[in-house]
Parts: sequence; structure tokens; C-alpha cells
Amino acid sequence: MADSEIASENIRSQDREDLFPPAVLDLPVTVYSPESALRQPGKMLRDMSRDLWSSRDLAWRIFLRDTRAQHRQSLLGYFWILLPPLVQTAIWVFLNGSGILKIADTGIPYPVFVLIGTMLWSSFTDALRSPLDISNQSKPILARVNFPREAIILAGMGQVALNTAMRLLFVAMAIALFRITLPYTAFLFPIGVLTLWILGLSIGLLLTPLGLLYSDVGRGIGMVTTLWFYLTPVVYPPPTEFPASLLAKLNPVSPLLVTTRDWLTTGSTDQLVGFVVVSLGSLVLLFIAWILYRVSMPHLIVRMQT
Amino acid sequence: MIVLMSGEILVSAENVSKKFCRSLRRSLWYGVKDVGSELVGRSNVEASLRKDEFWAVKDISFELRRGECLGLIGPNGAGKSTLLKMLNGLIKPDRGQINMRGRIGALIELGAGFNPILTGRENIYINGSILGFTRSEMDHRLDSIVEFAELEEFIDMPVQNYSSGMKVRLGFSVAAQLDPDVLLIDEVLAVGDVGFRHKGLNAVNKIMNKAAVIFVSHSMPQLSRVCTDIMVIDHGQSLLFEKEVDEGIEYYFDKFRGPSAMEVGSEKVKLVDFKINSDQGTDDELPTAKFKEPFFIELTFLLSGEISAYKINIGISDKELIPVAFLTSHPDGGYYLNTGQENRIKIEILSIPFSMGIYDMSIYFEEVTDSGKEGQIYARHLSIKQFKVPNGPHNYMPVLLQSRWEKHK
Repeated sequence: MADSEIASENIRSQDREDLFPPAVLDLPVTVYSPESALRQPGKMLRDMSRDLWSSRDLAWRIFLRDTRAQHRQSLLGYFWILLPPLVQTAIWVFLNGSGILKIADTGIPYPVFVLIGTMLWSSFTDALRSPLDISNQSKPILARVNFPREAIILAGMGQVALNTAMRLLFVAMAIALFRITLPYTAFLFPIGVLTLWILGLSIGLLLTPLGLLYSDVGRGIGMVTTLWFYLTPVVYPPPTEFPASLLAKLNPVSPLLVTTRDWLTTGSTDQLVGFVVVSLGSLVLLFIAWILYRVSMPHLIVRMQT
Repeated sequence: MIVLMSGEILVSAENVSKKFCRSLRRSLWYGVKDVGSELVGRSNVEASLRKDEFWAVKDISFELRRGECLGLIGPNGAGKSTLLKMLNGLIKPDRGQINMRGRIGALIELGAGFNPILTGRENIYINGSILGFTRSEMDHRLDSIVEFAELEEFIDMPVQNYSSGMKVRLGFSVAAQLDPDVLLIDEVLAVGDVGFRHKGLNAVNKIMNKAAVIFVSHSMPQLSRVCTDIMVIDHGQSLLFEKEVDEGIEYYFDKFRGPSAMEVGSEKVKLVDFKINSDQGTDDELPTAKFKEPFFIELTFLLSGEISAYKINIGISDKELIPVAFLTSHPDGGYYLNTGQENRIKIEILSIPFSMGIYDMSIYFEEVTDSGKEGQIYARHLSIKQFKVPNGPHNYMPVLLQSRWEKHK
């Protein structure tokens, strides 16, 4: 720029001095470049925690929005969340009671066992599906507005938590109905539920970037969870004999679900080691998935059809 | 010190480029690969294009200071919106670097995130927090937002019952509460009714005084009013970047010459020739008409037998096809008679009163009935000729009326 132009710039600025707010010397600088965010891990971690913190308010708003919108458009509301596990429970109770299936002794009345199992399983699959579902729904704002992307994931988890809470009301009713005495480990039950959410969320979030590009991922999740249900001790107790016992060992949901259910009902902690290993592993996985989600978002927006 | 700060550079873009892919299937696959290479820490600096790729934005560089407004113009698909998306941090540049200082506000596709089932009031809060406001900030601003949007009566009605104009008003009113250092505007003021458009432009003007603004619009008068710099973009590349906004706009219209001619009723009126100023124009150069000088049109045409009495109107529009003036063969009544032979008419416009710019001419042949009234239009030849006024006043208003001014002492 020529000197004369700089001079005129300053003169003009002088004229308008009163228009400007007191000068802020340290405006934050944002840099956009092709460089990978992973090249500066310190900055990336700072950005991640800042965005997570600043997204709480927005997450709460989106959570309220989705909850209200769901309710205003539905007559039966939570009935739709409660119905499938209830029907499922009824079917398994019938299959078991009529002798069509022979399920090993569960230690507690079978209806309560199945009800708790299906409720916990639903919470896991809800958490698994949530990140991809809400990211797909939010494509229009993702592509148009720059806001902390963590907010929609948190809002989605809010929905999962609300649904789980509704289901637990039924569990509480069943426990009261069958007069089951809660063991002292029952206070650990919320931690168990939390680990199921975290495992579901970490797997779901890991698949979200690919799922936003290819619709196959969403369909795949649906199919895999259906099959996964049968390979998880939800409606039957964990098998003890080889080779079926491998199922409980290799399936990460198994120790979480079984331990959580046992904490609430029998108080036994057979699979505690598996529980600790899986929950720590899922925390690590969640962190990796979070980074992947953030790093991939600008690339996904370019390819998004909105 | 404050003086210096007011001219501080808030936006700097250096050789910013972005690749897009023509084929969807490949585009998705490249997306997977790009994410993968980012994860291993490799920067995405592949200089070469992969198959089916092209530069949607290429080597754009500029700097913008507080108080300046950069207008981006170019034909559809030129890369303007892609550039804005990069400046807004929604997508990453494939090459180059962008530095933004301070809080960034964007008026792009207002009302993204509105939920149709919820009321206007609820949506204000949601939209506000998407834009980064806290709840208490929104509590303070709610009344002024509703008032600005003029939606007091409807604020507790679901947004799905709003008209599209009402939605835009609501979205704009929330976004106009932003107090950014850098403001990005994409074509948002082109909607809404006239009254609101005015209000909106004033609100933007207010923000502009305190911010660096990047403004994408197809409305040249708007750009001409508010911009201090102009950039013409085509095929992702900057063709022109300068401070003379009106010159930039002229360049744009010169480069992307507007409408092609359209004829209706040519079987009744065959236009043989339409010359202006003896037609000194060439393929690359439009014929010119000098400001305040006389201007000649020569007209040659044939009429079919069914036409008896007629008159001729010539309409002149500006480059955006907004009519600005007309001339007629019979302003005070009267008509020409069809003689059955070739007709030649020479017209003189006594003085061209137009601002610098490009103008467009259309010609209309109208029936004059026995009672002397205007009847049907026999033929319209739209946009038959464009001409350029190279030396008129630099103003977005097209006509300079001759006037006499007397100042009383």
C-alpha cells in the first residue's frame, strides 16, 4: 500500500474516532490454514476444553428444543420410548414361561431380570445411535453456522439420559412389585448406567464422521445392534461353559450390563475386572472419537448436501 | 493510539484456495482420505488436483481493516460463498492462510436452526445461543429483537405458521444483535419487504462502522452505497480488487454482459436494423453514449399488412434491468401509418442525463386504434442493444436531472 493511502486512511479514521469503541489491544486471533490440528496438540486440547465448556448453554437449549418439539407433535409422548422394552419383556417372559426356551436360573424373578436387561440394553443402543442421528438432523446448521459442535452431541446425550430415566421408573415399579430387596451395591447402579452410555457414545461418535458421508453406516448400525442383542446376556444370564462363555468375555457390553444389573439386584460382582477394563477403554475411545469428530467436521461440511 | 487501532487489520487472507469435486462419489471418498491424512498429522497441501477436482477458490488474497467494507461480486458459482465459508471457519482452505481478529459474526442463511414446531420466542433463544449469546444476554435483548422484527403479535405462534418473510425478519433481528469485529454478509438483505430491507440495511450500516465487513450481494446499488473496496471473482479467481467500487461494478457488468435479446411478435414487425450513434460498438466493446451529449438512434423495420396505425416506444433500463427512462414517437397523441414499405426513422435524444454505467434498450410497437387510443402491443424487442455511458457522474442513482440552484444570501 502506498504511503499516501496510509495517510488518507488515518485521516479518515481520525474523523470517525468517536464512532469506535475503546480499542481492544488483544483481540483473539483465529487462524484458518490447511495445517492439521494435530500438529499443535496443546492448542487443540485447549480448544477442545474451551468448546466443551462454552457449549453447555447451547446444548441445554437444543435439548429443550428437541424435547418440546417431540412432545408438541405427539399424543402419546414417552409411551413410544417405554413400549418396545415392555413388549420385548413380555415376549421373553412368555417364551421362557411356556417352555419354548430354556433359560438358566437368573437368581431373581425372570420378568424383573429381563426388564432391567432390556432397559439397560436400550440405553446403550440409544447412546450408540444418538451422535450420528443428531448430527444428521443438524446438517443444516452445521453447514451454515460456526458454533461449538460439541453442543449437539451433548444435547443428544441429554435425550438419551431422559429416556433412560423414564425407563428406570418402570424398573423401579417392577422392583417394588416383585418385592426385591436392594443390595448395598445398588448405589453403584448409576455409575453402571453411565459406563453403558459412555461405551455407546464412544462407538457411535467414532462412526459419526463416516456415517455423515455414507448412509450405509446408519443402516449398518441398525443391523449390527439387532444381532448384537442376541450375543449379549440381556435376556439370559451370562453363560459359564466354554465356548459360550467366550461371548461374555469378548463382548464389551456384557461385563458392563451384567455388572450393572447385578449391582441393582443380587449384589454379586463376578465381572468386575471386565467392567473396569471396558469402562477405562471406552473413556480412551471416547477421547479419540471426540478428536476425530472435531478434525473431520470441516471436511465433512464441504462434502455435505444440505 | 485509538486512532491507529481503528485502522487495524482484522482480516487477512493469503493465497486462499479450496478444491471442490464434481463427482459426488469421488467427493465422499476424497473426504474420507482427507480426514485420514489429517489424523496422521499430514497437512492437506496437495498442490495438484485429483481426478474430477477443480479450484472453487484460487489464490485469493486481501486485507481488511476496521471500518472497511469489501464487496464480493461475481456470477453464480464464482466461489463467493465458498470464500465466506472459509472465512467463517466452516471449511478449511486447501492452500493459503486466513487470519481473523476478534469476534466474527455472520449473516448467512438466517434462521438456520429454527424449529418449525416451536414458537418465535423459543426460537429466538435457540438462535441466539447458536450465535453465541448467553441466556441473560438474550433476556435483555428479547424485547428489542421482537420489536425490530415487528412480530409482537405472532411471537408465541409456532414458526411453521410464519410466512417466509417473517422467518427472515426474525432471523435477521437476532443476528443483528451481534456486535462483531468482523462481519460476513451473504445476500441476506435481498429478502423481506421494502420497509424491512431498509431497516436491515441501516442496522448493517451501524455494525459496519465498527467492524470490518465482507459483503456478498448481487444488488449493485447496495454495494455501491456501503462498500469501500470491491473484488470481482470468477471461477474462484480474483479478476479485480480495488478501492474504486463503481469502477469495479462497471468492470463486472462489462465482463459479464447481461441479457440476450428477446423478441415477441416479430412476425408482425421485422426489425431490420437498430443502430445507435452509427453503431461504433464491436464484439468486445459496447457502443458509447457520452454524458450530456446528443445521442442518435437509427431504426429500420418492416410491418405486416395487418398493422395500420402505430406508435413506437423505446425503454431504457439500467444494467439490472430496472427501467429508468423511456422515449416515444408520439408523446402528445398521434401515430404513424403503415405505408407497406420499409420504414426508416432517425431519432435524436437531445442530451444523455445518465450516470456512468451500462444501459439496456428495448423497443415496443403499439397499436393506435381508430379512436386514437393505445391498443395492443404488436411487438416487443427486449434488450436489443446495450450502450455504455463512460463519463457520467459516479453515482448509483441513474439519472442526473438538469436543475438550477440558487442560494439565497
